[in-house]
Amino acid sequence: MTKLTDLTIAGALDGLRKKEFTAVEIVDAHIKGAEAARHLNCFITETFDSAREQAKAADERYAKGVALPLDGIPIAMKDLFCTEGVQTTAASRILEGFKPPYESTVSGNLKKDGTISLGKANLDEFAMGSSNTTSGYGNVINPWKRKGDNKDLVPGGSSGGSAAAVSARMAMGATGTDTGGSIRQPAAFCGIAGIKPTYGRCSRFGIVAFASSLDQAGPFARNTEDCALLLKSMAGWDPKDSTSVNTPVPDYTAQLNAGVKGLKIGVPKEYRVEGTNPEIIAMWDKGVQMLKDAGAEIVNVSLPHTAYALQTYYVIAPAECSSNLARYDGVRFGKRVEGDNLIDTYENTRAAGFGKEVRRRILIGTYVLSAGYYDAYYNKARKVRKLIWQDFVEAYKKCDVLLTPTAPTPAFAIGENTQDPVTMYLNDIFTIPASMAGMPGMALPIGLSNDGLPLGLQLIGKPFDEETIFRVAQSLEKAAAFTAVPQNIVGKAA
Amino acid sequence: MTYLLKGETGDWEVVIGLEVHAQVLTNSKLFSGASAAFGAAPNSQVSPVDAGMPGMLPVINKECVTKAVLTGLGLNAKINNVSVFERKNYFYPDLPQGYQISQYQHPIVGNGEIEIDLADGTVKKIGVERLHLEQDAGKSLHDQHPQKSFVDLNRSGNPLMEIVSKPDMRSPEEAGAYVTKLRAIVRYLGTCDGNMDEGSMRCDVNVSVRKPGAELGTRCEIKNVNSVRFVQQAIEYEARRQIEVIEGGGKIVQETRLFDTKQGTTRSMRSKEDAHDYRYFPDPDLLPLVVNDNTIAEIKKTMPELPDAKKHRFIKDLGLSVQDASVLVQERDRAIFFEKAAQGHDAKLVANWLTTELLGALNKAEKELKDSPIKAADLGALVGLISDNTISGRIAKEVFAEMFATGKSPGMIVEEKGLKQVTDTGAIEKVVAEVLAENPDKVAEFKGGKDKLFGFFVGAVMKKSGGKANPGIVNDLLKKKLEQ
Repeated sequence: MTKLTDLTIAGALDGLRKKEFTAVEIVDAHIKGAEAARHLNCFITETFDSAREQAKAADERYAKGVALPLDGIPIAMKDLFCTEGVQTTAASRILEGFKPPYESTVSGNLKKDGTISLGKANLDEFAMGSSNTTSGYGNVINPWKRKGDNKDLVPGGSSGGSAAAVSARMAMGATGTDTGGSIRQPAAFCGIAGIKPTYGRCSRFGIVAFASSLDQAGPFARNTEDCALLLKSMAGWDPKDSTSVNTPVPDYTAQLNAGVKGLKIGVPKEYRVEGTNPEIIAMWDKGVQMLKDAGAEIVNVSLPHTAYALQTYYVIAPAECSSNLARYDGVRFGKRVEGDNLIDTYENTRAAGFGKEVRRRILIGTYVLSAGYYDAYYNKARKVRKLIWQDFVEAYKKCDVLLTPTAPTPAFAIGENTQDPVTMYLNDIFTIPASMAGMPGMALPIGLSNDGLPLGLQLIGKPFDEETIFRVAQSLEKAAAFTAVPQNIVGKAA
Repeated sequence: MTYLLKGETGDWEVVIGLEVHAQVLTNSKLFSGASAAFGAAPNSQVSPVDAGMPGMLPVINKECVTKAVLTGLGLNAKINNVSVFERKNYFYPDLPQGYQISQYQHPIVGNGEIEIDLADGTVKKIGVERLHLEQDAGKSLHDQHPQKSFVDLNRSGNPLMEIVSKPDMRSPEEAGAYVTKLRAIVRYLGTCDGNMDEGSMRCDVNVSVRKPGAELGTRCEIKNVNSVRFVQQAIEYEARRQIEVIEGGGKIVQETRLFDTKQGTTRSMRSKEDAHDYRYFPDPDLLPLVVNDNTIAEIKKTMPELPDAKKHRFIKDLGLSVQDASVLVQERDRAIFFEKAAQGHDAKLVANWLTTELLGALNKAEKELKDSPIKAADLGALVGLISDNTISGRIAKEVFAEMFATGKSPGMIVEEKGLKQVTDTGAIEKVVAEVLAENPDKVAEFKGGKDKLFGFFVGAVMKKSGGKANPGIVNDLLKKKLEQ
């Protein structure tokens, strides 16, 4: 029998229904795994005790035949989702000790469907980063290692703790948020699947905001079907979020195995970016071939404004974050460092509470919104953003889904890519355009690099057509048959 | 009637524009479900949204949009189908989000105009530049503790309409009339309670001076002036101050000033150089607000008759004077009272009795119209008794005093006190005969040409009849008898 921690969500639900094992057993096995791999630093706050309690309650529901759709499934909750009565930090020291009196809609939806959170997963501070090295609570370590190299690698970011936890078998699934690639890039680095749905698909209510016009919640899991199950639970219109969209959420698993025959897969030429790892380009070509073999039609498309997406993103996202993070002023909650007067207190609090990357982005954002610079930066960026969106609209006249790389490199070592922020920002070059356009995008693992690291591809779909993404992903998943498991799961101490 | 201030170098004209913040009359706040009521215990009406808690999102209160549109229609203004909420960024402890959600480039209401009524009976049109929706900040309390400041967030997120006038006013009187008219309009519409003492209507006053006909001068903005009287005082002081500065060889610097209600003066708060860079940008948590023409038409259907329309109708259809009509429509309650009282009676006479007698008496007794001991129908009935000659105007005053004191109906008082006017010619003839018999010398004088004595005879007859004799009949009979 498969180890409980190797089960998929669909497999676990099946076994639970057939009483092959209990939710308590599943949750205990994952808690054990999480304890053994504490050196990966996946969790900021562990909630093992309440998880065990919830597992008992889940077993009672199974016994009574009133189990919930995802009853007993252990997950990790990105610590950007406010959870009632449980510390929520956004990986920032400025929110240390903050226990929200409310629950985010997405975490609430998952809870209502029976999932059990094992804890609040580590992330880049306020979700700003691509390597989970900006967290105020320490780096997350990727469970994968390069062949013959013991260097610790980054899990990607910002949802690094979530991705590493799922990859390392501490949780069957996890929540993430994606602003410019924060689900898709860590999924690629950790060799798992993750989807950022269409902007507006999941409620942002109760998610600590980074860049409101881009932030979107989505799930991580180890395969397509599990992502579909989790997204079904997370998604839906929420009157508490004016930007969530009132459109029905389909059963994402229904069309999963419909195949790709008759679908048109677009391959955008602008994604052949110089400097991209040749192995990743090769993997992309391989993915194209797999879909062709499965009966899809491949079409070449163009997204002409792709090259401007990164720059545009680094105007819009910091602009919004500079305003969104103004509320962390030490007045009502979180950290306060007293000063001689009000301005002093503000400065002391924010200097002590925010890390370097967050401060950098607040400064950039404040600058681009300032009188005299607004039109040159912020307003221009908004115009370019519209053109990027237009690119996708045009491309979707020719195809149903786009296939691209997810990240330009496999996971890198902690400390690499830190010489200047722009190198780090380049990591999101393939994920940012879809974010700017609000399009759904999914990352999934295809194979390993020569030095043994997972490489993945990205599928970008039409607005609110996550169903087709899942369909294509399922087909790719079958063809790729990615089964590799990371080596660095159990801690040195264990 | 031009208002000009005399300076050493000649006459100066004052140019005034007003920004009025009117709290929308709703149960809940602009973007949260917390109560927007006035006067609750500190921080007892604060939702996590109003406190700027992490992850909280604003959701527009539809009622506020409806009332903003209704107010816009009341200002004869253009309603914009699409408006945009933006963030105005600055740090202050009573601003929990670190930004105020307001409308900047695209307000919900555009150009409009209202009429103001001046003391000399003239009417002037004042342009309205825009009306936009925004959230209020909380309140900082600096006088509760020697070292600390406290923050009350009850007001945080309350819905405000900022109504910006054009710089069309030229005197304190006009500014006062504008605020008064604006308050009347929002009260008629039920979109703001207009209570300036509770802060649900507050004014920022922009003042500049210039030589008549010259270019506009540099303006100063006086913040948060909270009564019509203070608005007028602040303008008077500020205009004088500016003239003195300019005539003394100085220059006016554009700045924000505060009005000191005790001293009646204004003082500098911050200059333009210190002004914040608010870094406005569209709030990404809120989509553009769309109000389509059908919705506007639906809202228009609910619009009551407004003071100006009422005023014109009172003048045209009821024959009232401009002054009476203006006074009557100033308050919605007053206009309603009048229309009820005038139902079936001489409207001009009712207007007279209401504006001079009743409002005067209420004022003396420090009472509001809504607490009047005389009900509208009874005032109408009193006028009815005069019109049908049941009582004379003089007796009516007596009856009125009794009504005001006891709240009894005029008919009952006339009945009880036997004040019914005597119209029986025989009875009056008798009294006339008595009076003439008692004053033979005066009769002789009158007949000798002293016409003025006629008034004496009328008075004597009225007195003898206890004031109840119909004055017209008394006149006729006296004339007849004396000319015999």
